[in-house]
Order: sequence, then structure tokens, then C-alpha cells
Amino acid sequence: MLPQDVFKTLKDTLVEQFDIDPAKITPEARLYEDLDLDSIDAVDMIIKLQEITGRKVSPEDFKSVRTVADVQQVIEKLLATPAS
Amino acid sequence: MTRRVVVTGFGGLTALGHDWQSIAAALRGNRSGVVRMQEWEKLDDLGSKLAAPVALYKLPPQYDRKVLRSMAPVAVMSTRASELALEDAGLIGDPILKSGMTGIAYGACAGGAEATMAFGRMGEHRSLRGLTSNTYVQMMSHTGAVNIGLFFGITGRVIPSTSACTSGSQGIGFAYETIKHGQQTVMIAGGAEELSMGPTAVFDTLFAASRRNDAPNTAPRPFDKHRDGLVIGEGAATLILEDLEHAKARGARIHAEVMGFGTNSDGAHITQPQMETMARVMELALEDSELPASVIGYVNAHGTATDRGDVAESIATQKVFGNKIPFSSLKGHFGHTLGACGSLEAWLSIEMMRDGWFAPTLNLDEVDPACAELDYITGGVRTLQTEHIISNNFAFGGINTALIFKRWP
Repeated sequence: MLPQDVFKTLKDTLVEQFDIDPAKITPEARLYEDLDLDSIDAVDMIIKLQEITGRKVSPEDFKSVRTVADVQQVIEKLLATPAS
Repeated sequence: MTRRVVVTGFGGLTALGHDWQSIAAALRGNRSGVVRMQEWEKLDDLGSKLAAPVALYKLPPQYDRKVLRSMAPVAVMSTRASELALEDAGLIGDPILKSGMTGIAYGACAGGAEATMAFGRMGEHRSLRGLTSNTYVQMMSHTGAVNIGLFFGITGRVIPSTSACTSGSQGIGFAYETIKHGQQTVMIAGGAEELSMGPTAVFDTLFAASRRNDAPNTAPRPFDKHRDGLVIGEGAATLILEDLEHAKARGARIHAEVMGFGTNSDGAHITQPQMETMARVMELALEDSELPASVIGYVNAHGTATDRGDVAESIATQKVFGNKIPFSSLKGHFGHTLGACGSLEAWLSIEMMRDGWFAPTLNLDEVDPACAELDYITGGVRTLQTEHIISNNFAFGGINTALIFKRWP
């Protein structure tokens, strides 16, 4: 996946999986407060992104994400590592 | 001092409709919900291809993504049936639901089949792929009970009555006892079962599932000489039980009074029913109700159309009620809805008592001479006025239940 595709993939995932209004999905949007996700939604989002990237997200990375941009950053970091 | 317990709400999703009017028309028309399952053809070694799936139902918009994410089909049906029952009882939005005075007693054989398979694949594929945050909560055995609780904001006790074919009847029985002894004022009680190939495979393996694949409407045949086993059904049914004084104070419409409940176990064989303890459970319900057997005007049988079960049940029933007691099973119409059958049959038996007629055992053309003599209702509906009925159910592992209801004037 090219870095420019990451945001689009993430946005598509959020729209498809959680019925979120696409207009609300900006890099600054906070997952819990602005997008109305909760802790188990976040788990399912990560599971989906693991499937797409073929990489495993670490518990530290998962716990540190707050915004869409944070998630994008985690994915970019994962993509820079070899697939498991 | 104990309290009197009444039924103030019914709700269900069944193979023959989702309200009493539709179901009554089907029962009067001798209609069956049994069909041949096209998607089961792919299993070559599954001998029985029959089932009675729930009729299509539409969910209202309040079943949004966050509500549905933790629900397997069994939990969706449990919750929707309970919503219909609470509507019938006039309790939707009533503060009692969130007060801690309302509880739940609800069951099913198991949680969602798809979710269970996801965990199975984990072992097979050595990978967590396919598991999500909700896979476990969809699979767990009390998924129906807790999803009902979340949906309505229930804060009272939750009693999961997960006992296979007595899940629904134990749900009602435990709910009745809970109100009777003052622990709760209102209980949401019943059971559900989603359709999957698993249960049919279980009975197929035991040579106890019907193979009348080319004539779905002729199976199952409870108590019939030519019965060849059960057909698995699908559905959910909820009864709202309530402290009589509370129901009266709010002007609730009362459907029936729960007079007695008995439950015991065989302690003998994992699948073979024992007629002594089956008879005993009916006596226990009578003792609890402080009524003589002579006042019972109709017995709703478990009657699954298995070889030994039907014989044992008929003998046990005759021992307690004699050979003149009107007797029928609804399994011919709905198949064996497992976790749902106890509450489904209690609901429909009460409705039939209120309307003054009782459905026949569908497909019972010739009573098996091995079954005890009883007044088997066959052919068409029987006009019959009675004040008291008993509904009996029996489960694998030797769990027995009997529920006695009194017509409300």
C-alpha cells in the first residue's frame, strides 16, 4: 500500500465498518469523542487494519491512538516493517 | 408470605408468524413450518435435511450497529421477542425496567453458531483471523439473556436458563419463583434458538432426526406409529411475568396466572428419558400449585417424535392424569425449537386456553401402540373450555419441567 492510500483505506474502513459519516473523518477527528467509537469498536478497527496490512499491531501502539491521524501513523509505521 | 405471579405480556418470533392471530390461523389450518433446507444438501452424510426456520421478520431502526454488534441471531431473536412482549405488557419505557425490580430468566442451547465456528477455525487454521471484539459475546451461552438486559437497561438479576430443551420452560419457572419469593417484581422470561446444522446433526447421529426429506409437511410425527424422529425448529418466545399486585395497580391486562412449577432431573442416562422422574415433575408442579390433577383440562406435551421420548412421556402423563386427559404437542407444526420450545408452547397453550380451543398434534395419524392411552387431540382443533393447563418439557441430561397456568377471568 502506498502511503497516500493509507488515509483513504482507513476512511473507507471507518465508513464501511462503523457507518460513520465520511465528512466527519478528518486527521484531527478523535475516535471516541468525534466519531462515537468505543473501546471494542477500536479493537475491531485494528483487527481490520491488521488484515489489510498483514502486520500485527502491538498493544502499545493500539493504546496510544486517539485520533485518525494517530491510526494513520501506526499503519505507516507497520507498513515500513516486513510483513509477518 | 409469597406473592401471586401473573403473565402480562407475550412476544415471539416463530416459523408460523410473529403474533397470536397469525399463528392461530396457521394452527387452525393445520399448517406446518417444516421445509427442506437447500443449503443442507451440501452435507452428504447428513441424513435429515428438514428444519422449521423462523419466518422473515423486520427489525425496527432502534436495532442499530452498536446494538447488533454483540448479537448473534439467537440474541437478536431473544431481544426482539422480549420487546414485543414488553409492548404487549405495556411496559416499554416504564421506569420499573431500569429500577432494579425487573430481572431476566432466559436461555438457549448455546450462543451463535457462526461465532462458535470462528473459534473452531482458530484451532484448525492456527490463527486468530476472523475473531473480533464481539466473537466471544456472540458465542457465550447467556448471550441472549445479557443482550436483552443491555437493550432495555435492565439492572435486576439475570438468570441464564441454559438447559437445552428446557431453557424456555426453566426461564419461566425460575422467573415465577423469583417473583413469588419477592426478589423481583417483573421478570422477562423465555428462550430462543437460532437454526444451524449442528443440532440436526446431533440427532441425525443418534438416528433420531426425521428423514422424510421428500415430504417435509409429514414430519415430525409425535406419538405416531410411523414417526422417525424430530425436526429442528427456530424461534424465540418471551413471557412477561409480574407480581399480581403490581399488575393490578398499574391496570395491566392479565393473560393468565402462573400456578405452579416443577423441575427435577433423572440422574440416570444422558439421553434416555426416565418416565418415573417425568411423572414426578408433573406432580411437583401440582404440589406447588396446590391443585389436584383432576382440575387440569389439557396437557401440552413435549412430544418431539423420537422413539423413546414419546413413549416415556405418554406413560408418565397417563400415570399422573389418567387416560382421559386431552393431550397434544406443537412440535408437528414448529419442529423442535429446542431452547425456545418451553416458552413458545407455554405462550401458545395459554392463548389456546383463552380462546377455548386446542390444536391437534400435527401428523399424528395413528397412535403408536407402545404409547400410553390418552385423549390424543388429532385431525383438527378441539373446542374445549378449561381453567387450568400444564405444559411439560424434557431436556438432554434428564432435566424435566412442568408449568401450570390458570386462565385469568
